[in-house]
Amino acid sequence: MPTATKAARSRSTGSALPRYLLRRLGTSIVLLFGVTLVTFVLTALVPGDPIAAALGEGAIQNEATVEAYRERYGMDRSLPERYLLYLLALVQGDLGTSIRTSRPVLEELSTALPATVEVAFAAIVVSLAVALVLGTIAACRAGKVSDQVVRVVSLVGLSVPTFWLAIMVYRLFFMQLGWAPGSGRLSPALNPPPRITGLYLVDFALDGDPVGFIDAAAHLVLPVVVLSLFTIGLLTRFIRSSVLEVLSTDYVRAARAKGLSSRRVIVGYLLRGASLPILTMVGVAFGALLSGTVLVEAVFAWPGLGTYAYYAAINLDLPAVMGVGLVVGVIYVVINLVVDLLYGVLDPRVRLG
Amino acid sequence: MSAQVSRMSRAADARVSRRSKRRLPAAWRSPLALVGIVIAGAWFLAAILAPWIAPYDPLAQGLPRLTPPGEYSVLGTDVLGRDALSRLLHGARVTIPLAGVLVVCAMVLGTIIGAVAGYIGGWVDEVLGRLTDLFMAFPTVILAMVIAAALGPSLYNAVLAGIVVTWPMYARVTRSLVMSLRSQNFVIASRLLGYSPWRSMGTDILPNVMGPVLVLASLEVGTAILLLTGLSFLGLGAQPPTAEWGSMISGAMQNIDAWWLGVFPGLAILTVVMAFNFIGDSLRDVLDPLSSAERQGAGSAVGPTTVNADEGDPSAAVPSEPTEQEAPR
Repeated sequence: MPTATKAARSRSTGSALPRYLLRRLGTSIVLLFGVTLVTFVLTALVPGDPIAAALGEGAIQNEATVEAYRERYGMDRSLPERYLLYLLALVQGDLGTSIRTSRPVLEELSTALPATVEVAFAAIVVSLAVALVLGTIAACRAGKVSDQVVRVVSLVGLSVPTFWLAIMVYRLFFMQLGWAPGSGRLSPALNPPPRITGLYLVDFALDGDPVGFIDAAAHLVLPVVVLSLFTIGLLTRFIRSSVLEVLSTDYVRAARAKGLSSRRVIVGYLLRGASLPILTMVGVAFGALLSGTVLVEAVFAWPGLGTYAYYAAINLDLPAVMGVGLVVGVIYVVINLVVDLLYGVLDPRVRLG
Repeated sequence: MSAQVSRMSRAADARVSRRSKRRLPAAWRSPLALVGIVIAGAWFLAAILAPWIAPYDPLAQGLPRLTPPGEYSVLGTDVLGRDALSRLLHGARVTIPLAGVLVVCAMVLGTIIGAVAGYIGGWVDEVLGRLTDLFMAFPTVILAMVIAAALGPSLYNAVLAGIVVTWPMYARVTRSLVMSLRSQNFVIASRLLGYSPWRSMGTDILPNVMGPVLVLASLEVGTAILLLTGLSFLGLGAQPPTAEWGSMISGAMQNIDAWWLGVFPGLAILTVVMAFNFIGDSLRDVLDPLSSAERQGAGSAVGPTTVNADEGDPSAAVPSEPTEQEAPR
C-alpha cells in the first residue's frame, strides 16, 4: 500500500490528469451507453403504442398512413435493429426526429436545456448561499435553540410538495399581489435575446439589453424560490454535520486558541475544511433539482427540459425520451467530473490518478 | 430456502426489537419525534376511519359547485360539487398505504441486491454496482415519469415506477455496510466455524444492516409520498375520479380562483411528509449506529454519494479511505 501511494504521487506530477480524464471518459461512455439501453428498453418494450399516440383517431384507421409512419420512424424493424440504428445515428450526432413535433430532437433539446440549466443553476447558487449560513449557525450552536429551529426549518423544506408550493406562490405573488411575473421565461411583449448561450440572463447581458435582463431575471424569481426550498433543506442538514465534524478538529481549536476572529475561523478554517463533503452534496442536490424542475416547470409553463420530458413521456415519443435520457446522463457525468476535479483543487491530498 | 429466509427475517426482527426496546424511549423523548408521531397517527386514524367520519361520499357530486369553506361544507366543494373534506380524508387511504408498499418493496429489492453485491464481491459486485450507478444517473422524477407513462398512467404503475427509481439507494447503503461487516472478525469467525454463507448472512450480517436500512426507509416514506403525489399531479398516477391529493391539486390548478381546492390537499401532503421526516430524522439520531460514522465518512453510508475521486485506483484516495479490495473473500 505505501509503495502504491508513492507511485501514485510520482505519477501525479505530469501526465496524470489527461490520463485520468481519459479513463473517466471511458467509464462515462459506458454509463451513457447504459442510459440509452435502459431508456430504449423502457420505452420500446411497453404496452403503449407511440403511433397511436401521435396519430389522430381518424388517421389511425387509415392503414397506409400507419404503415408510412411506422416506416418513417423505423418501427417496422426488429427491436435490436432499431437500437443499433439509433446508436449508429447517435455516433454521427443525430438524435433522431421527434414523433410528436417532427422536428430534430437535438434542436429541441438545445432550446429546452438552457432554460432548465438557467433556473437550476440560479436555484443551486441561492440554496447554497442560504444553506451555508443556516448550516454554519446550526453547527456552531449545536444543541441550542437556533440549531433546533434550523433543523425543523430544513426538515419542513424537505417536506413541501414543490408543485403545490409553485401553485401557491404563483397565486399569491402573481395573481393577487402582482409582485412577480407569471409564467414563461419572458414577458410576451419582449423578444428573446439573440441566441449565444441560450441562457437568457447571459444573452441579454452580452446583448447589452437592461430591460430584457431585468424581465428575464424577474421571471426567474418564483421558480427559483420554489426550487430552492428543497435543496436548502438538503444542503443545510449536510453542511451542519460537515461543519460539526470540522469543529472538533485540532486545527480549528488551534486557530481559535491563537485568537483569530470567529469570522476568520469560520470562513478560513471551518468552511474550507468542510468544503469537500459539501461539494459532493451540491452535486447530489443538482440532480435533485433536475427532478424538481419537472413539476415546477409544469406550473410555471417554463419551456425547459422537464416540460419537454413530460410531453415526450406522455406521448411515448421514443426519440425525444431517449434524447432526454442522454442529456440527463451527460449532465450527471459532467457534474460528477466537475466535482471530482474541484476535489483536487480544494484538497491537495486528493490526487486524480 | 424459504425456511432460511424466514429464519433470517426472524433473527433480524429479534435484533431490531431488542434494540428498539433499549433505545426507543430516547426517541420518544425527542419532541420532534413526538410531534411526528402525533401527526402521522392522526393521519393514520383519518385514513382508517375515513368512511365513517367523512361527511359525504368522496365521489358523490350532489353539492352546490365551487362553494368556499364553511358555506356547505367545512372545506368547501369542488367544480363537480364534491365535498373537499371527504375527498381529503379518503385521499389519505390512497397515498399513505401505497407509499408504504413502495418503500417496503424498494427496501427489500435494494437490500437484496446490495447484500449480494457486497457479500460476493468480484464481478458480481462490479455488474450490480454499475447497474446501481445507472439507475442513479437518472433524476428520479424524470425516470419515474417515463416509466409511468410507458406502462400507462395508473396508481399501481406509479408505485412500480417509484420502486424502480428508489431501490438503488438501499443497494448502495447495504452494499457498503455488508462490505465493511464482511471483514469483521465475528463474521470471519462464523465462516471459520463452518457456517454456510446463508447462515452468516442471516445471523451476522443482515441484523447489523437492518438498523441503518430501516432508518433510511423511514426517511424515504416522505419522499415516496412526494413522488406518488407528484406523478398524480402530472396525470401519471391516480386517475379521476379517485380522491387523491396530487390529482386534487392538479384539478385545483384549473380552478385557481377557488383557493381552498389547492391549499388543503397540499397541506395534507406537507404535514404527512413532515411527520415521517420528523420521525425518521429522530430515529436516525437514536437508532443508527452509523450516524457518527456517517459524519466522518462524509455520507458514504447514507445518502447517494456520487463521487469517486479514486475511481479504479484505491492508492490515489485520501489515506483514510477503507480499501475494499483487501477484504477477505
